Amino acid sequence: MQTSLWDTLWWLFIIALKSAVLLVILLVALAFLIYVDRKVWAAVQMRRGPNVVGPFGLLQSFADLLKFVLKEVVIPDATNKGVYIIAPLVVSVLALAAWAVVPVADGWAIGDINVGILYIFALSSLTVYGVIMGGWASNSKYPFMAALRSAAQMVSYEVSIGFVIVTVLMVAGSLNLSEIVRAQTAGLGTWLGLPSSFLDWYWLPLFPMFIIFFISALAETNRPPFDMVEAESELVAGHMVEYSSTPYLLFMLGEYVAITLMCALTTTLFLGGWLPIIDVPPFNWIPGVIWFTLKALFVFFFFALVKAFVPRYRYDQLMRLGWKVFLPISLFYVAAVAGVLVAFDLAP
Amino acid sequence: MIATVFFYMFAVFLLGSALLVITVRNPVHAVLFLILAFFNAAGLFLIAGAEFLAMNLIIVYVGAVMVLFLFIVMTLDVDFAELRAGMAEYLPVGLFVGLVLVVELIMVFSAWALAPEAMKLRMAPMPKDVTNTEALGRVIYTDYVLYFQLAGVILLVAMIGAIVLSLHHRKDVRRQNIADQVSRRRNEQVALVDVEPGQGLES
Repeated sequence: MQTSLWDTLWWLFIIALKSAVLLVILLVALAFLIYVDRKVWAAVQMRRGPNVVGPFGLLQSFADLLKFVLKEVVIPDATNKGVYIIAPLVVSVLALAAWAVVPVADGWAIGDINVGILYIFALSSLTVYGVIMGGWASNSKYPFMAALRSAAQMVSYEVSIGFVIVTVLMVAGSLNLSEIVRAQTAGLGTWLGLPSSFLDWYWLPLFPMFIIFFISALAETNRPPFDMVEAESELVAGHMVEYSSTPYLLFMLGEYVAITLMCALTTTLFLGGWLPIIDVPPFNWIPGVIWFTLKALFVFFFFALVKAFVPRYRYDQLMRLGWKVFLPISLFYVAAVAGVLVAFDLAP
Repeated sequence: MIATVFFYMFAVFLLGSALLVITVRNPVHAVLFLILAFFNAAGLFLIAGAEFLAMNLIIVYVGAVMVLFLFIVMTLDVDFAELRAGMAEYLPVGLFVGLVLVVELIMVFSAWALAPEAMKLRMAPMPKDVTNTEALGRVIYTDYVLYFQLAGVILLVAMIGAIVLSLHHRKDVRRQNIADQVSRRRNEQVALVDVEPGQGLES
């Protein structure tokens, strides 16, 4: 297959263009997601939340962005300069890169690769390096504590996330994210004779795994109640204590992109991705990307609610939950699902 | 053409970071360069068409093993002067190990050149109709399932051994029993009493 130089360059240009469009949409959406997060948090605590900048405070995130960018970058003297600068870049770049394989609608993924789910799993397991590097390079006690905590926490919860993903893969029979979504068009609902609907998505047959995945996703992204890494009452701001201005912004950006990624992944694995809620006329006229966004927002709403409702876990409780509760349950479920698939000859 | 460009990019970065692993002074930097080396090796796997292996290299080695490695190196208090003091003593052993590895590598590569059958076997093309992952799965879980299980058992034994060696149960510590705490009920634990003013409460 011989392609000319121009074809190659054109192909590169198209990929770059797609990535740029996704990046811009993602970052603008992120600004409003942070606003939603703060509003939900405020509503639960009967406060008003951000309401000064712009109508209803909608432009608050942009004001924050300006504030961060215009501040002076302070690099403490005793830091390990190179690692100190790279750490926030690692966090934000890895989180953004993982979005490349997320299918936001049928065929709408920048890279629709065969091992998409493994790619996301690999990149999300790498975000821990940003935290560790930042914590170590800061050469300060609290960031270092945060680095140690995050290393232990993320490795622990990756195990259960891995098992949840294995279960979904066994049922779907593919590592390709688009194929996983397509596999959810038929399931319990169609078996009962209904049109393809939300009853076919994997949240229902794999409900315990859905819950475990949601909670592990909270732990993996350092969201409350598992934000031991940046527990402000004990570690001030954890690995970000010594950071200011744009590097700090990059840490926050990476964290929130990782959260949206986990929302998107929950949507893809358990809530049927771009599939309409019921495959009948008024609903399947709506394009898939809107369904995807709505579902991801729904999951994000729960992320925001949990942040407001649940008090922070103690560190040993966090470890206990990961290793002594989630690991056995998910391991058992992997075996059980495999057994059911083989016994009833349902394996794809 | 792009594949060639990327191959050389990954190869150069891989060799460069591998070299830096053994030359940089700071052990944490060495571990970070090792991670970069793994990353580039994964990139080479991708170019060779072994996407599943590439992802697994990152998930297992970079995502889990190296995190723990970095964790330990960071918490160690390394004395550089002491490290360098033993250099002359360990150099012969190190050179010997390196020599053995080089000889083995040369033998492997010469086998490729000398025996075309061996080369053909090693470069066996993957089946065209299935994905990389499925082809690998068939080999491991269907053709060689016994060896796979045996490897798993060996790892399990190693794991149990490590736990047995490091486990010591302290008797003088109060332990938290979560099940007991959760199964407590209000009416068993709390008694509401109406205390008369000035009377106090008899226990």
